[in-house]
Amino acid sequence: MTIEARGVVKTFGSFKALDGVDLKVANGELLALLGPSGSGKTTLLRIIAGLEWPDAGEILFDGENALDRGARERHVGFVFQHYALFRHMSVFENVAFGLRVQPRSIRKSEAQIRARVKELLDLVQLDWLADRYPSQLSGGQRQRIALARALAIEPRILLLDEPFGALDAKVRKELRQWLRTLHHSINVTSIFVTHDQEEALEVAHRVVVMDKGRIEQVGSPNDVYDSPATAFVHGFIGESIMLPVEITGGAVHLNGRPLDIAAEGAAAGASTLFVRRHDMLIGPADSGTLHGAVTHVRSFGPVQRAEIALTEGSTIEIDAPRDRELRIGDRIGLKPRHYRIFAGG
Amino acid sequence: MSIEMTLQRTPDASARSLAETAARRDPRAEPTVVRYAIITLAIAFLSIFVVLPLVVVFVEAFGKGISAYLSALADPEALSAIRLTLGVAAVSVGTNLVFGLAAAWAIAKFDFPGKTFLITLIDLPFSVSPVISGLVFVLLFGAQGFFGPWLQAHDLQILFAFPGITLATIFVTFPFVARALIPLMQEQGTQEEEAAISLGASGLQTFFRVTLPNIKWGVLYGVLLCNARAMGEFGAVSVVSGHIRGETNTMPLLVEILYNEYQMVASFAIASLLAMLALITLIAKTILERNIDGDLPHDH
Repeated sequence: MTIEARGVVKTFGSFKALDGVDLKVANGELLALLGPSGSGKTTLLRIIAGLEWPDAGEILFDGENALDRGARERHVGFVFQHYALFRHMSVFENVAFGLRVQPRSIRKSEAQIRARVKELLDLVQLDWLADRYPSQLSGGQRQRIALARALAIEPRILLLDEPFGALDAKVRKELRQWLRTLHHSINVTSIFVTHDQEEALEVAHRVVVMDKGRIEQVGSPNDVYDSPATAFVHGFIGESIMLPVEITGGAVHLNGRPLDIAAEGAAAGASTLFVRRHDMLIGPADSGTLHGAVTHVRSFGPVQRAEIALTEGSTIEIDAPRDRELRIGDRIGLKPRHYRIFAGG
Repeated sequence: MSIEMTLQRTPDASARSLAETAARRDPRAEPTVVRYAIITLAIAFLSIFVVLPLVVVFVEAFGKGISAYLSALADPEALSAIRLTLGVAAVSVGTNLVFGLAAAWAIAKFDFPGKTFLITLIDLPFSVSPVISGLVFVLLFGAQGFFGPWLQAHDLQILFAFPGITLATIFVTFPFVARALIPLMQEQGTQEEEAAISLGASGLQTFFRVTLPNIKWGVLYGVLLCNARAMGEFGAVSVVSGHIRGETNTMPLLVEILYNEYQMVASFAIASLLAMLALITLIAKTILERNIDGDLPHDH
């Protein structure tokens, strides 16, 4: 099923949670809503689910107005951030809930319900926990039961709010891969909300980057990482060096000194130069376009991170390969391999 | 560094000094004398002000033997008071269960203008003297009261009768159920209800399958306290009862009347029933409190 949001606006008191959001989600897609807290991503998800109502705008499911129907009639599977499992019901009854509350006319028989719940518990590989209560499960297990419960009603859309937010790092990584595999096998249009860029880039087909109630960019994980559309996206995704620069006469100036890089059509005025930390090439002190001295070096994993005090007056952090020897006090020259310039200081 | 050196030289001495330091650092370790003094004080206070009166009630009640006790309870006036008290309590608790649930539900699960005002209003019966609460009903339904003439014209008796006593009791005991449920429901939040609705449950299904099971111990707790107060209420009921013997005297009122007539055994026999109600309430309350803890969210 396709989902479309048109001009969705939502305010809470004086806070504008969504400020005119337009979005199209293709059938069978796995989409991530990525943004800092307060960016409106959860509000958008809740509006699609019918748990919140927009002040203006439209929500369309397969081209049909979804706002005519309440959360009950939308057939949306919703997985809550804190799982919201029914604490007084066993795992089995939690998963069976959506089947048991169906109108008598279409309700399945007890045997059919049992078979369906068994099937779902097998799908999330937790059939051995059927008789336990939510309080007896680990975070990762609760998460998977919440997913099985949402899938029980054969939802047309699956919505997940910070699905891995409350889990520790290791379980998170396992569940990410598992979610991707699961989505591949059930192939339901799915949207998940996250503030974790790694999660969004690793799991989703497309990523929607949001900030302050607006969509900043929609694109594949590669798109949003390699060609960020706005300064916010560049700063939010991946780790960036940001330097305040001035564009005058088609040249880039840092603290009044011209840099040996092209302005690439950036408009005149105060701007910000963005460079990925690993896109700074290191050379001898007399080379490059930025110069400075190493003040701090840390090594971890495949890279070393060096803090450089620029003679132009800022301190930046760069990532360099570990075989490039850097010592505190070394004077070096730097040249950005790739960079972007966005207007605004 | 100094500890290492001490350890090497004299292990015994250093172990002792470490233990002493630990004892000094333990914030709970008061000197023994202080500890016992505080415990004795607490027990003495409780004995004089709580246990002793309770014992006196039973001693006086059984002062002339069990048969005198039983015949005092079998007295028609006593039986009428017990019946009236049970009836009033049943109606009051039932009413306050429904309205308390509704109020707690509204406050805990929804945001609406005037919410703070409603919370304050729920506490009003606690902050008003029970005598004043009773007087309000006299002013409303009495012969010179607001509805008095209308009630008389339609031959409806509210004051000095079952309806009046029940109304006063409902007013005085209203906060118990709501007060027991509001914090519990607020703590539990609305996520489980949202989950139920997104799974296709109707409002009623959500209430009976999700909300109510989650708060059942809290409901029982509120009902228990509400019932104890409904049966024991004196002030408000005294104002609206009219003290018609064998008709509008509840148990607490009868205790006072019998006591004033120097019928000690009869008076304390009724009082012993109320005292037992209090003891049972106390035990049940302890058990319920333990169960409510289990209903609080623990997955955050």
